[in-house]
Amino acid sequence: METNSESIQYKSEVKDLSFYYDTFNALKNVNMVLHDKKITALIGPSGCGKSTFLRCFNRMHDLYPGNRYDGEIMLYPDDVNILAENVDPIEVRMRISMVFQKPNPFPKSIYENVAYGLRVRGVKQRAILDERIETALRNAALWDEVKDRLHELAFNLSGGQQQRLCIARALATDPEILLFDEPTSALDPIATASIEELIADLKSKVTILIVTHNMQQAARVSDYTAYMYLGELIEFDVTDTIFIKPKNKQTEDYITGRFG
Amino acid sequence: MKDINNLTEIRKIIGRHKRWDLMFMIAGIIALMIAVLTFIALFAQMLIDGMPRLTWLFFTSFPSRHPEMAGILSAWVGTTLVMLVTAASAVPLGIASGVYLEEYAPKNIFTEIIEINVTNLAGVPSIIYGLLALGLFVYQLGFGQSILAAGLALALLILPVVIVATREAIRSIPVAIREGAYALGATKWQTVSDHLLPYSAAGILTGVIIGLARAIGETAPIITIGALTFIAFLPPAPVTEEFPYVSFEWLSAPFTVMPIQMFNWVSRPEEAFQLNAAAAGLVLVVMTLAMNGLAIYLRYRMRKNIKW
Repeated sequence: METNSESIQYKSEVKDLSFYYDTFNALKNVNMVLHDKKITALIGPSGCGKSTFLRCFNRMHDLYPGNRYDGEIMLYPDDVNILAENVDPIEVRMRISMVFQKPNPFPKSIYENVAYGLRVRGVKQRAILDERIETALRNAALWDEVKDRLHELAFNLSGGQQQRLCIARALATDPEILLFDEPTSALDPIATASIEELIADLKSKVTILIVTHNMQQAARVSDYTAYMYLGELIEFDVTDTIFIKPKNKQTEDYITGRFG
Repeated sequence: MKDINNLTEIRKIIGRHKRWDLMFMIAGIIALMIAVLTFIALFAQMLIDGMPRLTWLFFTSFPSRHPEMAGILSAWVGTTLVMLVTAASAVPLGIASGVYLEEYAPKNIFTEIIEINVTNLAGVPSIIYGLLALGLFVYQLGFGQSILAAGLALALLILPVVIVATREAIRSIPVAIREGAYALGATKWQTVSDHLLPYSAAGILTGVIIGLARAIGETAPIITIGALTFIAFLPPAPVTEEFPYVSFEWLSAPFTVMPIQMFNWVSRPEEAFQLNAAAAGLVLVVMTLAMNGLAIYLRYRMRKNIKW
C-alpha cells in the first residue's frame, strides 16, 4: 500500500533505463521520477544524452531503425510501462506531447496546426474543434494575438509566436506529460522570457519535462532538476538543492561553470 | 624573396587572378550562346517555314495526299489521348513507388538495388521501352497497336522521372516537420497523406510535367509498337449520348501522334510537305514549352506558402 500512495504523486517513474543507437550506449541505467504537475529540468553538457532521454518518453526513437530501449518508463496512475513491446508508440505519443527545439509549425493555417492532434484522433465536429483550439491557444498565451487571423498561414507568425503555436498544438489534446526539447534555443531573449513564463503557468495543468542548455532557465522554471553526463544521471533532486548545495562534485563543477 | 605584404605586389597578384574570372565569364557566355542560339536558329527556321501553314484548317484536317489540304487533326488528338493514358498510369504508380521507397522501405541491400535500378532506368534508350511494350502490351496482354499500349509504353519511360522527383520532393521536407506530425500521434500513412504529399506536391508535379514533356516528343517507342503513319479518322469519342455517357473504346483504337506525323511528312519528296512538317514541329515545340512553363508556374504558386 505504501508504494501505491507514493506512486500517486509520481506521474512517471524511470527504472534502469538504458538506450542504444545501434551499438552506441547513449543512456546508462537511468533511474528517475517525474512528479505529478511539476516541472522537471534536464541539464548537462552537449551530447550527455538529455535529448535522447526526453525522446524515450514519446518513443520518438521508434521512428528510426537500429534503436533499442532497455528498462522501463512507468506511467501512473495506470501503471503501464510505455516502453513495453506491446504498447503502441502511437498511443504513447497521443498521451505524451512534445515541443521541439526549433518551432516546427506545419505549412498550414494557425487553426489547422492546432487542430492536427485532434484530427488525428478523428475529431470532426466544427464546434468541438473551435472550442478546443481556442482553449489551447489561450493556454499557450497566443489567443489574443491570433484570434482575428486563425486562417492565416502559421509561417507568418514571429519565431516566439510560432513556438507558442507549437505549444498550443501539443496542448490541444490534453496530454498527460508535455516534453520540451530546448524550446527556447532558437528564440531571442524576449520571446524566451515569454515562453518560460508560459511553461511555469502550464504546470498547474500538466506534468512537464524540459531539456535545457541554459542553467539559469532550469533554475528559473523547474521544481526538480536532473544533471546528466555521458549518458548517466549524475544527480537528481529538488532544483534549489541542485543549484545551492549539490551533493555530487561533478554537478557542482558544472553548475558553477568550472566545467561544461 | 618576394615581399608578400607589399601592396603594389598584392594588387598585381589580385589583378592577375581577376583576369581568370573575366576569362571564365567570357568562356561561359560563349558556351551558353552555343546552346541558346542553336535553339533560337532552329525555332526561327521552323517559324519561317511553318507559320504560313498554321491556319485553323491545319488543326482540323486529316492528313492528305495534297500537302495544302493536309492537317494534324488525327496527330494532335492522338498525342493528347496517349498523354492522358501516360499521365493517368505513370502518376499514381510513380508517386506510390517514390513514397514507398522514401518512407516505408527498410534500408537494406534489396531496396538499395531497387533504388540503383530505378535511377538506371532513366538512362535506358527509349526504343528498348518500345520493344518491351510491343512484346508485353501489344502481344502478350493483347492490347494491340492501340492508344492504350502507346500510353503505357510512355508511362514506363517516364516512371523513373516521376519516382525520382517524388523522392527528392519528399526528402526536401525537414525532419522537424515529419517528427512534428509523428509526435502528435499520426500514423505513417497520416503523415504521408496529410503532410508529406501536400508539401511535396509542387516538386512532384514539376517532375510529372517534365516527364510528360519528354514523352510527348518520343517517336521511337511509338513506332516500335506500330502506330500508323497515315490515319484519316478519329478514335471513338470518350463521351457518348447514351448511358453511361462515357466510353473507353478509344483506348483500343489505332492512332498516330505528332512526331510520327512530322516524320512522315519529312520523308516525303515534295517540298510542300516539308513546310507541313515545320508547322507540326512548331506546334509540338509550343506544346512542350507550354508544359514546361506550366511546371514553372505551378512550382512558384505552390511553393509560395512553404518556407524551408
